Amino acid sequence: MVWLSPVLAALLSVIGVTLLFAALGRDPVEALATLFVTPLASIDGLTELGLKATPLLLCAIGIAIGVRADVWNIGAEGQFTLGAIVGSAVALGWGGGGHWWVILATLFAGIAGGMAWAAVPALLRTRFNAHEILTTLMLSYVAIQLLGYLVHGPWKDPEGYSFPQTRQFAPDAMLPLLLEGTRLHIGALFALAAVPLGSVLLGRTLVGFRIRTVGAAPAAARYAGFSRNATVWVCLLLSGGLAGLAGICEIAGGNGQLTPLISPGYGFAAIIVAFLGRLNPVGILFASLLMALLYLGGEGLQVSMQMPIAVTGTVQGMLLFFLLAADVLINYRVRLLPARRAGVVTDG
Amino acid sequence: MADVQLPVAIVVATLRAATPLTLAGFGELVTERAGVLNLGVEGMMLVGAAFGFMATVASGSLLIGFLAAMIAGAALALVFGVLTLSLMANQVATGLALTIFGIGFSALVGVKFVGMPLGGLATALWPHLAAAPPLLQQFMLLDPVVWLALLLPFAVHRFIYRTRAGLVLRAVGESHDVAHALGYSVLRIRYLAVLFGGAMSGLAGAYLSLAYTPMWTENMVAGRGWIALALVVFSTWKPAWLALGALLFGLVTIAQFQAEALGVAIPPNLLAMLPYLATVGVLVLISRDATRLKLNAPAALGRPFHATA
Amino acid sequence: MDAPAPPPRLALAGITKSYAAVVANRDVSLAIGPGEIHALLGENGAGKSTLVKIIYGVVQPDTGAIAWEGKSVAISGPNAARALGIGMVFQHFSLFESLTVAENIALGLGARESIGELTARIEEVARRYGLAVTPSRHVHHLSVGERQRVEIVRCLLQSPRLLIMDEPTSVLTPQEAAGLFDVLRKLAREGCSILYISHKLEEIRALCERATVLRGGRVVGECDPRRASEQEMAEMMIGGALPVAHRPAPLHEGRICLIVDRLSLPADEPFGTSLAEISLTLRDGEILGIAGVAGNGQKELLAVLAGERLAPDAASVRVADVPAGRLGPAARRRLGLAFIPEERLGRGAVAEFPLSENALLTAYQHGLVRAGMIRFAAVEAYARDIIARFRVVAAGTGASGSSLSGGNMQKFIVGREVGTKPRVLLAAHPTWGVDIGAALAIRQALMDLAASGSGVLLVSEDLAEIFEIADYIAVLSGGRLSPPRRTGETTVEEVGLLMGGRMAPAVPVAALHGAVDAA
Repeated sequence: MVWLSPVLAALLSVIGVTLLFAALGRDPVEALATLFVTPLASIDGLTELGLKATPLLLCAIGIAIGVRADVWNIGAEGQFTLGAIVGSAVALGWGGGGHWWVILATLFAGIAGGMAWAAVPALLRTRFNAHEILTTLMLSYVAIQLLGYLVHGPWKDPEGYSFPQTRQFAPDAMLPLLLEGTRLHIGALFALAAVPLGSVLLGRTLVGFRIRTVGAAPAAARYAGFSRNATVWVCLLLSGGLAGLAGICEIAGGNGQLTPLISPGYGFAAIIVAFLGRLNPVGILFASLLMALLYLGGEGLQVSMQMPIAVTGTVQGMLLFFLLAADVLINYRVRLLPARRAGVVTDG
Repeated sequence: MADVQLPVAIVVATLRAATPLTLAGFGELVTERAGVLNLGVEGMMLVGAAFGFMATVASGSLLIGFLAAMIAGAALALVFGVLTLSLMANQVATGLALTIFGIGFSALVGVKFVGMPLGGLATALWPHLAAAPPLLQQFMLLDPVVWLALLLPFAVHRFIYRTRAGLVLRAVGESHDVAHALGYSVLRIRYLAVLFGGAMSGLAGAYLSLAYTPMWTENMVAGRGWIALALVVFSTWKPAWLALGALLFGLVTIAQFQAEALGVAIPPNLLAMLPYLATVGVLVLISRDATRLKLNAPAALGRPFHATA
Repeated sequence: MDAPAPPPRLALAGITKSYAAVVANRDVSLAIGPGEIHALLGENGAGKSTLVKIIYGVVQPDTGAIAWEGKSVAISGPNAARALGIGMVFQHFSLFESLTVAENIALGLGARESIGELTARIEEVARRYGLAVTPSRHVHHLSVGERQRVEIVRCLLQSPRLLIMDEPTSVLTPQEAAGLFDVLRKLAREGCSILYISHKLEEIRALCERATVLRGGRVVGECDPRRASEQEMAEMMIGGALPVAHRPAPLHEGRICLIVDRLSLPADEPFGTSLAEISLTLRDGEILGIAGVAGNGQKELLAVLAGERLAPDAASVRVADVPAGRLGPAARRRLGLAFIPEERLGRGAVAEFPLSENALLTAYQHGLVRAGMIRFAAVEAYARDIIARFRVVAAGTGASGSSLSGGNMQKFIVGREVGTKPRVLLAAHPTWGVDIGAALAIRQALMDLAASGSGVLLVSEDLAEIFEIADYIAVLSGGRLSPPRRTGETTVEEVGLLMGGRMAPAVPVAALHGAVDAA
């Protein structure tokens, strides 16, 4: 039952996309094939899928754990960016000596960067009561400007022909590839590992129980003695750290240098992934693959059919709409009866 | 003459920069006063900006462009209304969906219009704008939408506090259950408020693409929708404070242009952070007093209404 | 000369209303004459509220007919009801906190007159019936009694010919209730009919001329309450003899398990109550009842005792001789404190969680978690044990909190809290809104716990309950607590006066000890 609405939402989105393409005067069959089938037809496509799913999965698991506690970290994009920045600082500063620990330091710096960026909204929320929705988002804009400032200014590669980009990471600061000849790096394994870890945390530990209680019934959590502030900190640091890890993996496993544009909106798309995956780590694994497919297919459409890349964003938004609608429509039938019965019981 | 010119230019630039924030902010204020939290302002502004621009190019009429933008904003708000009011979906998630969809959809439909030149509202009204003396030029830049944004706070204040419809709006935002028990149609009132919010967001977006910039580029709203949302919290849902907040942010927004004009050597990326940092600062300032926020916030804000008969 | 007898003001015939599988009203018929004060009597869940909502147009009946002054009508909504001349004062007031009295009344009237004109009319009606209200005040400043007066004035401004009062005295002190009865009698003399809903037999005998008794959604009897005995009416209401809870063991002087010493605390919410110089002592094996009308600081006192709010200094709350004022709820539970909160779903239990996880909610300190991991087998066993011991009707430990009836959910919560064998149990309105069977089981559980040597602090609005099971009674009014009196040495009238705010000055805790011990 739980999985009915994401499936329904995906189907409705396919119909929506078909209509959209028809309205744009494109052949819907060809477009759908490019969007959903072509990327899956080759090993290359499949590894690219894994590559794109990696940051989505990492960010979405963090976001989902937060939303379970009613903590809305919608600034994963900013934490992703800070992870990339701080990780790069370590990689650029200490890399090149051939030390084995450089990549580890780079990764931990990335995690720390994401955590630090998420700690600001956590502090503002717990200390000053400022809601994290707006602060995390505003800090994302700040992070993107900060990245722009660094690559245009102090961190600009002097030999980069005045392109806004940093120096290349040394090989010792790069993530090993998972499959030679492809771009898939071991960051994908980190993301995969986050799935069972997230599941166990939420389902089987007291910390997870606290998180779920704070989210489901704040008054019950206060009554039980579960601190709301501690939960806000745990959720934001956790999701910030995961987003930061995603950010540095994207650089250290990819181009090995910072540019003004390091993410096609992974941090925002991960919000959709989290909901599509029912805020459940296993579900999020599948949702991240679907979303990665959308990114790949969108790029394919751009190349082969000269369609704007914004198709991806439109379909993402559509998917979330349909999911919310499908959720409600399905829950309606199930929930209406008990709700009414409860109403009568409390009736005088 | 010259000593008057700079202050006048700053005032005019501030008013123009504040206009989209005022329009979108008052739309959201009315929506939230009805007890509905629509986080999709950014998305509705973008769709308004894109459709306003396209309609103007297609029809050659700015008026039609602004109207189209308001309809587009309201249409997106209607989707939000159906999902959250009729189907009782989570308002926060739906608002986020609205923004994500708005970003993608506006970029998709507007892709052919990127970089297309357009005269803009002031030029359309005053064909000789460029040739006018500098001071007069500044007054010409105060177009009708700026004036509308200046009048809007008074109108909304009067509506909310002095009319019966405004009283009903506040009542619905305070407690939908009580309003329902007294025989008021909670859903109808909330739909109207949400649609008003959407239309105002659409108008605010169109102001950016038709008068302020004027041109269309992807994601050109650049967080102003979120700033408008933050301003509503900052105002503690009071029109006078919202108007003041919008002006303050208009001033912050133009700081980067002023600094550039004055030749202050601050990297543009750092200056561009200012409005976002200021938003965080303002939120922190206002949220510190939790009791005051609670006292002023519409009590039913964000809560789904289910008519339990 | 004789005019024909006037038709009844309101006549219901064969009203049936069902929700999904539950029939709320079945074939209900009743008639109310002009100027009659008619009681609608029944237990929680008997279908009173549904019937009233049908009369007020909030709910449409499935079948049945309504006649107003002899003419058949369909009441499509509250506006239609008001147009006919039906006014209603709700049990939970339908007032907007942030608006003024006049604005609230304007919203209820749907009239187009200005606030200024309305203010004059409000003042006139208020004077005529002796109902003190100030039109320009904001509702959140008003006491519960004042709010009720605002509701009544709002109804009277529409010159109603039928006034529905839903449990109007549940929030009033006995003295305020007497004042209300005077207003209602005056209205009835002027020809207004009154439908008076209550489960308090004493009031109905004092006020009403006729009574219709509902049970399980059906009319099970009619009587003249001035002639029928309370016993008869109660048996009609419950459908059998009144069950009685009994106190298992005699009292013995225990050691002190909870001390509150001159505790003052400002309100933390816009419309909250500040606590002023609260002092009390609770001994092992003792039940201390705290009476008072809700909104006089009960919520605040319970929060600061349970640790959900912290006291200004540690020594002002001592649990089992440990200064606990600065400890949170989890730390106080470790000292042996347990708490049955007022709200069941959303606070005492989580609606979406299965009962097993709801058992874990507060019992997680009792061996259900090891090294941060939840021991699900132990949790299941604990939940099963509660369900069995308290005869909770539920589809197993996997049933969600929201699937239980109010009474069963409350039995589960009581079972969970009692099951941790607390030294001190705080119980907030534990039997509010539950059926008689569950209420009895819950009272029995509290008494058994006291008999086993724990201290119980019972906060309740139900004076009968407090007089039935408490050893001592104190009254909370306006954030102040009266010195406790032995139950046998005080009367409902005395407690009522205290509830109305006639309070002796606060006594320091040392003197209090003496007073309690001497008493």
